[in-house]
Amino acid sequence: MKNPKAIVAIVVLGFIVFMAVAGPWIFRYAPETTSPMKLSPPTAENWFGTDMNGRDVFSRVLQGARVSLIVGLCGALVSFIIGTAYGLVSGYVGGRTDNIMMRLVEVLHSVPRLIIIIVAIFTFAPRMESLLHQIWPEMKGYAKVVLIILSLGLIEWLSMARIVRGQVLALKEQQFVLAARALGQSHVRILLRHLLPNLIGVVVVYLTLTIPAVILDESFLSFLGLGISDPQASWGSLLSDGKNAINPVRSYWWLLVFPAAAMSLTLLSLNFLGDALRDALDPRARR
Amino acid sequence: MFTFIIRRIISLFVVLLIAVSASFCLLRLAPGNPFAQGEKAITKEQLAAMERKYDLDGSIASQLARYLGVKRNNEGEYSGVLQWDFQPCLKYKDREVRELIDQTVPVSATIGAAALLLATTIGIFLGSMAALKKDSFMDAGTMFFALFAVSLPTFVVGPTLILIFALWLGWLPVGGWNGASSLILPALTLAGPFIAYISRLTRTSMLEVLGQDFVRTARAKGLAERSVIYRHALKVGILPVVSFIGPLAANLVTGSLVIESVFNLPGMGGFFVNSVLNRDVFLCCGTVVIYCTLLVLLNLVVDVAYKFLDPRIKLDE
Repeated sequence: MKNPKAIVAIVVLGFIVFMAVAGPWIFRYAPETTSPMKLSPPTAENWFGTDMNGRDVFSRVLQGARVSLIVGLCGALVSFIIGTAYGLVSGYVGGRTDNIMMRLVEVLHSVPRLIIIIVAIFTFAPRMESLLHQIWPEMKGYAKVVLIILSLGLIEWLSMARIVRGQVLALKEQQFVLAARALGQSHVRILLRHLLPNLIGVVVVYLTLTIPAVILDESFLSFLGLGISDPQASWGSLLSDGKNAINPVRSYWWLLVFPAAAMSLTLLSLNFLGDALRDALDPRARR
Repeated sequence: MFTFIIRRIISLFVVLLIAVSASFCLLRLAPGNPFAQGEKAITKEQLAAMERKYDLDGSIASQLARYLGVKRNNEGEYSGVLQWDFQPCLKYKDREVRELIDQTVPVSATIGAAALLLATTIGIFLGSMAALKKDSFMDAGTMFFALFAVSLPTFVVGPTLILIFALWLGWLPVGGWNGASSLILPALTLAGPFIAYISRLTRTSMLEVLGQDFVRTARAKGLAERSVIYRHALKVGILPVVSFIGPLAANLVTGSLVIESVFNLPGMGGFFVNSVLNRDVFLCCGTVVIYCTLLVLLNLVVDVAYKFLDPRIKLDE
């Protein structure tokens, strides 16, 4: 890695992940404890100030980091696996199969994602809670998080599939695929050894766009009041609370600025890292 | 090409049918019903009476058939989507779904079109500039902006823009729907993240295209650099962008709830979200019809555009 931007991004990301994982053991961590000190600006005691219930905003941002990072990563992974496999097969096989598979994507695309998310959350919330209660009781409070991850992952793969398929359509007409065919290589081998490596650039770039997209989707759900709910927090839910605190008369800026800084810093670093990965993985861009 | 287009238009109706049916069933099967007003619970008899009145009684299949207009309703008539009857809203009882759509679509479409125009022109311009001048200050600056613009939710960016341009500087109106100046902030907020996506996609694929053989050939046969870039490279380089525009346009044009609520605009997004939250199936499916039609038509345009931009691609005729 000779890319200085990538190193900065890795350091920043590493720092944020470290804070999210180890922060609660290092600092005073009480995201759900209320106190009479309501809406206090940042002090030596409460570094990021306190919110309208007197909770320490620094602790809340740490908690938000844990939830948002998990949601983003798992959601993006779910969408990445489904989308790439689907797009590869659809584009490569072509013909009627491609037609049917792409119509299915279109149908799923045309059922507005909000209907799917809302219906999934309302219908499966009780079932998910009882299921988690049976298989992993400590995780019971996180049923909502698991649900959000699954529903966002199941929605985000559509664009990935379309983009991969579009690339495969162009790639499979190129001569190296013809050559591989002529040499008698199997379809699976052509898919995995010839097409997939050529797709990595686009896929990685799109994956780095998907992690932030999932984190942003979750914040949109919080905006609607459907995301992570009090007393738990995600960056999205903190921002959604914080945006109401900004007005020209009296602004409790710390409620918006600190979660916004944490979120944009993370998403920025992820994107920078994605760029660097692309340069490293794509043989043609490296010159 | 011609048969391809005809077939896609036929498939539009299939997609529409499936999407509307799926939305209808999902919403009817989800917990909750459109007739419970707020916290006030209603009795079983009241609910049954309401459901009967609006043809939402009986099995799901029968409800759907009556809504689509392929089965006689409780008054013994065919009256549904096929007859271009979208039923009344269930939540706002005195309004027809058609009426609400007629009022809100122009607002959402105007803002969406403005945002789409901003997103594609600025995005492609920035992205190809960044690719041509790789590693320059222009490249770094564009990419930093592109990354920053997708790092914050629009419900944070919108109020911040209002605070700066409307309240502090006083250049633009705070919100509402009057005149072109009230379009600028919402369109910009809506387009922001997509300018970023598109410029990144363009840059990535332009860098790839610029290294390919046909660009080298074009250079080798002595074409002017301008002609190499615009007539050869850019045509192929914007392919990933083109495939992104289809779904993007449908999304932008049917409105964004966040933008509409932040800027206080009477668009479609707000009604749509509320219809899902209220389980107002008629209003929801009405918006789905509009959304799907746009989506399929725009994807058709995209596929045809693909063919013209990259002759190596074969549309299966």
